[in-house]
Amino acid sequence: MHGVVMVFFFLIPSIPAVLGNFLVPIMIGAKDLAFPRINLLSWYIYVLGGVFTLFAALSGGVDTGWTFYTPYSTAASNSHVMSAALGVFITGFSSILTGLNFIVTIHRMRAPGMTWFRLPLFIWAHYATSLIMILGTPVIAITVLMVAAERALHLGIFDPALGGDPVLFQHLFWFYSHPAVYIMILPAMGVISEIVQAFSRKNIFGYSFIAFSSLAIAVIGFFVWGHHLFVAGQSVYAGLIFSFISFLVAIPSAIKVFNWTATIYKGSVSLDSPMLYAFGFIGLFTIGGLTGLVLATMGIDIHVHDTYFVVAHFHYIMVGGAIMGYLGGLHYWWPKMTGKLYSEAWSKFSALIVFVGFNLTFFPQFIAGYIGMPRRYHAYPPEFQVLNVLSSAGASILAVGYIIPLIYFMYSLVAGEKAANDPWGSRGLEWEIPSPPPTENFTVTPVVTEGTHQYVHPSQEVGVA
Amino acid sequence: MLDRHAEHFPGPIHQPPLVANVDAIQPGVHAEHAYHPRLQHHFDDMEQQVEASTLGMWVFLVTEIMFFGGLFMAYLVYRWASPTGFQEASNHLNVTWGAVNTAVLICSSLTMALGVRAAQTSAPARTQVGWIVATMVLGAAFLGVKVIEYTDKFTHHLVPGPNFVWEGQYPAAAEIFYSLYFCMTGLHALHMIIGLGIMTVIAIMAWRGQFDSTYYTPVEVSGLYWHFVDIVWIFLFPLLYLIGYHYH
Repeated sequence: MHGVVMVFFFLIPSIPAVLGNFLVPIMIGAKDLAFPRINLLSWYIYVLGGVFTLFAALSGGVDTGWTFYTPYSTAASNSHVMSAALGVFITGFSSILTGLNFIVTIHRMRAPGMTWFRLPLFIWAHYATSLIMILGTPVIAITVLMVAAERALHLGIFDPALGGDPVLFQHLFWFYSHPAVYIMILPAMGVISEIVQAFSRKNIFGYSFIAFSSLAIAVIGFFVWGHHLFVAGQSVYAGLIFSFISFLVAIPSAIKVFNWTATIYKGSVSLDSPMLYAFGFIGLFTIGGLTGLVLATMGIDIHVHDTYFVVAHFHYIMVGGAIMGYLGGLHYWWPKMTGKLYSEAWSKFSALIVFVGFNLTFFPQFIAGYIGMPRRYHAYPPEFQVLNVLSSAGASILAVGYIIPLIYFMYSLVAGEKAANDPWGSRGLEWEIPSPPPTENFTVTPVVTEGTHQYVHPSQEVGVA
Repeated sequence: MLDRHAEHFPGPIHQPPLVANVDAIQPGVHAEHAYHPRLQHHFDDMEQQVEASTLGMWVFLVTEIMFFGGLFMAYLVYRWASPTGFQEASNHLNVTWGAVNTAVLICSSLTMALGVRAAQTSAPARTQVGWIVATMVLGAAFLGVKVIEYTDKFTHHLVPGPNFVWEGQYPAAAEIFYSLYFCMTGLHALHMIIGLGIMTVIAIMAWRGQFDSTYYTPVEVSGLYWHFVDIVWIFLFPLLYLIGYHYH
């Protein structure tokens, strides 16, 4: 249940739905997304999918994990597979419609002068994310539908007892679910690109490299799913190729990390809460990404497969990456979205708590997994006790770090100072309209003359370090 | 002054706005234009609205290709795994009905295209409605044939599950073939039913005279959807009925 809720109902929609729906039209100078009613529909669909999943959770849960592996999910499990699977199926359409809306909006709604290479990098990231959403999500939808058909109508598709092949399910599942990782991390990368520029007071280092690396991640990300099947009976040659392509996808990610670092270098850095989250993201994503390379190496993967090493790796990407990006973005655009300022001291404090709590929770799991603690068991041998206690303690600290923002964000809505148009002194279309923006964002379509985050005017560029 | 981070600027650098008309984008200024009554408030002009709707439908059709793609993938894998079993199973499908349905759908695509053209050329409402109703009749005929075929499968115990009976050499492959047959044609039939629903709405809009050469986007994008559903059948028919077929 934890996986189903976190993956399909939090990580995938968090940044695109909360920040993207708000910022994509504003950043390109449009009054709204291309299809406002489809946007609303995708919210209703999300809620409907949530109801099914909530029903599964309340009525006893689902014991297949978020991966719904066959034949266990179709022939053996007595838990609420149908309602959980239907929840995933339904909410998938919310994701598809969001992706569709973003793609059409970015293609057709840009203001005059907002050329492709003036687009904020947040938009590039969302464009790449939308591509994955529209190409990947339908595949998980049909796969889950086939599981439902097999479970309910006993059609033989994946169950070997009925002549089917369970590995086909794994291929179809990971064809979506690996790119889904990039649905979660790409928007966070877009957020970090914005924050790093705003709080270093510098235009991004290597704009087009970051823009194209988003697209590269989206494209290459569709060809790496086989690294989830190294021990599932896949041929060694297929494994070799998937391993190689998995290494390739690290390159565009590394390009981003190096370019953010180069942007911060010699910038006029201010350590406000969004920037603290951005620093957290860069460090934790680097650790998560490098351990991803460890896992993409076939020999090592066989050693650490299905251990806590894997759990630690993907939590460094999902929590250390996607959630840090989400919190950073929420702090950065909160004044714009609500028109209210929150407590800067408390937000810095909570950013620190989240960072400490996160590392204490998940770093011990790298060690536990590497020395052999398997995942998906409720008990463990006594030699893992210390590491598990550390991890649980970290989780409690992490929870405190998540509750503090909840309190000061709510407080800011009631009693926060009013935010100016541009409280951070950063540069972009969203900062030139009131906070919060009027219903149609711009009363007159803006005519854009240059890209975002141009902190130094071209005429004064000479002589500036 | 709430600009609490201004101190981080390295010196008094001149910061012009990123837009040429910064005063105009603040609230309070309104421009008056003559708008088409069908123009939605968030688009600048009709051209932008048409382009957005059309691109939206194309992107949706891409997602549909991926949606059907999962089933085509399963078909490919199992056909490759047991080619003779699939051949044996496909010989129990009725090629004549399949061919009739293919012809029916191709004709419906023609009437659909003529319906779009009628709206595009501001033809009278009854002409527009006529083509759309013709499309719906052909679509319904397709579904009728599908009902005949499904009934035949039920009576011959060819529906996968506990009642599946296969007297040929490859019962397991045949059951998978019929699982995929029902999934693929069933999903396609569902798309046809949704298409009929859309066409009903379009016919009512056309009857009310809402379409002419300045506004016909709903007919056009619905037509794209209809053609797509036809094309899916154009792939299903040979894959399910024709490959390895021999008269007996």
